[in-house]
Amino acid sequence: MWAAGDRALSGVSFRDAAFVVVSGGCAIDEMLRGLIQAVQLVLKRDPALFEIVALSLRVSGAALLFSTLVGIPLGALLGLSRFAGRKLIVALLYTGMGLPPVVVGLFVYLLLSRSGPLGQLHWPIIPSLFTPGAMVAAQSIISFPLVAGFTMAAVMGVDPQLRQQAQALGATPWQAIWTVLAEARVGVIVSIVAGFGSIISEVGAVMLVGGNIEHRTRMLTTAIVLETRQGRFDLAIALSIILLGMSFLANVAMLYLQGRTFDE
Amino acid sequence: MKGDPIYEVRDVKKVYHDRCVLDVEHLDIHRGEILALVGPSGAGKSTLLRLLNFLEPLTSGQIRFLDAEFDASHPVPLDLRRRVTTVFQRPVLLNGSVFANVRYGLRLRGQRDSAKRVEAALQRVGLNELARQRARTLSGGEAQRVSLARTMVLQPDVLLLDEPTANLDPYNVGLIEGIVRSLNQEQGTTLVLVTHNVFQARRLAHRVALLLEGKVVEVDDVHSFFESPRDPRVAAFARGEMVY
Repeated sequence: MWAAGDRALSGVSFRDAAFVVVSGGCAIDEMLRGLIQAVQLVLKRDPALFEIVALSLRVSGAALLFSTLVGIPLGALLGLSRFAGRKLIVALLYTGMGLPPVVVGLFVYLLLSRSGPLGQLHWPIIPSLFTPGAMVAAQSIISFPLVAGFTMAAVMGVDPQLRQQAQALGATPWQAIWTVLAEARVGVIVSIVAGFGSIISEVGAVMLVGGNIEHRTRMLTTAIVLETRQGRFDLAIALSIILLGMSFLANVAMLYLQGRTFDE
Repeated sequence: MKGDPIYEVRDVKKVYHDRCVLDVEHLDIHRGEILALVGPSGAGKSTLLRLLNFLEPLTSGQIRFLDAEFDASHPVPLDLRRRVTTVFQRPVLLNGSVFANVRYGLRLRGQRDSAKRVEAALQRVGLNELARQRARTLSGGEAQRVSLARTMVLQPDVLLLDEPTANLDPYNVGLIEGIVRSLNQEQGTTLVLVTHNVFQARRLAHRVALLLEGKVVEVDDVHSFFESPRDPRVAAFARGEMVY
């Protein structure tokens, strides 16, 4: 639970949540209190906070893994080859890069609802609404076009003669493709960072398909919305700072990987 | 210097988008020779090099290489393809050190413990002091020498050179020609050189072949090619009258 009883992240619904307006003069104080509280929450290893952070990382991590596993090969394929229908796929991908998360949430909601085309199948592989699985599905759809699109752009930016040069030096077709991807690694890492950034900070889709249920589907972003709507700005700011810190650490890790070259 | 044919090119055609860019009825390349392929732009010289390196499939015909025959439906096994390598006109270097670039081909072959061979190749092209430098910071001449080193380290049976000294200064041209010549003389590497430079063909080649519109017009030893050509188009080329 949170440090003080009245600070607990309760299961108050949005309908019941009171809106509190912060006066302009208090905003800086709220932010400072939020910063202090963020440090306190982390130092005290607050179990409720860690539960939310863990779920956020689990959901966004799984979604990023799925979108990376599909997006990087698709981006590489689109960047390296020309085939019938490629332009259509690229156009769809670009459209997907600008998809509003809440629209994705609505789409996934309708698909997974009991009367939806996927929800009525009752297959074990299809997640139910208001579960982490549903949130992973929504976030995967949001981040996948970004990962694929940026990977494609990065691969297309590599010297087109490199693949032939690699093969002339004895590379198998797969080794040549890997060489091109390795040369495009900065762009590929940017694609992963962009994909991660798009989902770790996303709220609309997870709110719709997850429902912000305490101990089950509450994530950092949905908790921030809840605390803000309940007027607990310092707590909301504390959660925001933790979210920013996570995002910063993830980007630092990516930059570290980017600094390591292919074969040095 | 001429030995048995290492390549026997028979009735080879290459067609791109219904346009035949190469149509070679007969061409032998002998083990240990330097063959210069000359001709105007668009004559099919670079296409022929790519086919000799098995980078593209033939449209029709056969290439016999090292006593094995290949055609459009029989791709070349990897181990045979790896016995040929190409230095292109524009060296495309990897984003890493000079050392890593030279080691690249060896790593493709799973040879991890290759530092001494890489150092020896760099020594040979006079770049051992730049081994740790980023390859993309090199000058054009240095980059082409790295390109040459990364093929030499592989000790190929055949080295294909696609205008390796185009756009280079005379100093680097001299260096690269010296390296190429010693590679042929000391290791017996078969060299096929595409060049626009008549003087370079004269300096380096044992035999010269003129390609025009995808066809081999004449192939002869360097002296006969330039001094007593059979075809008037070869004579025009030798006199420098052919418009590129």
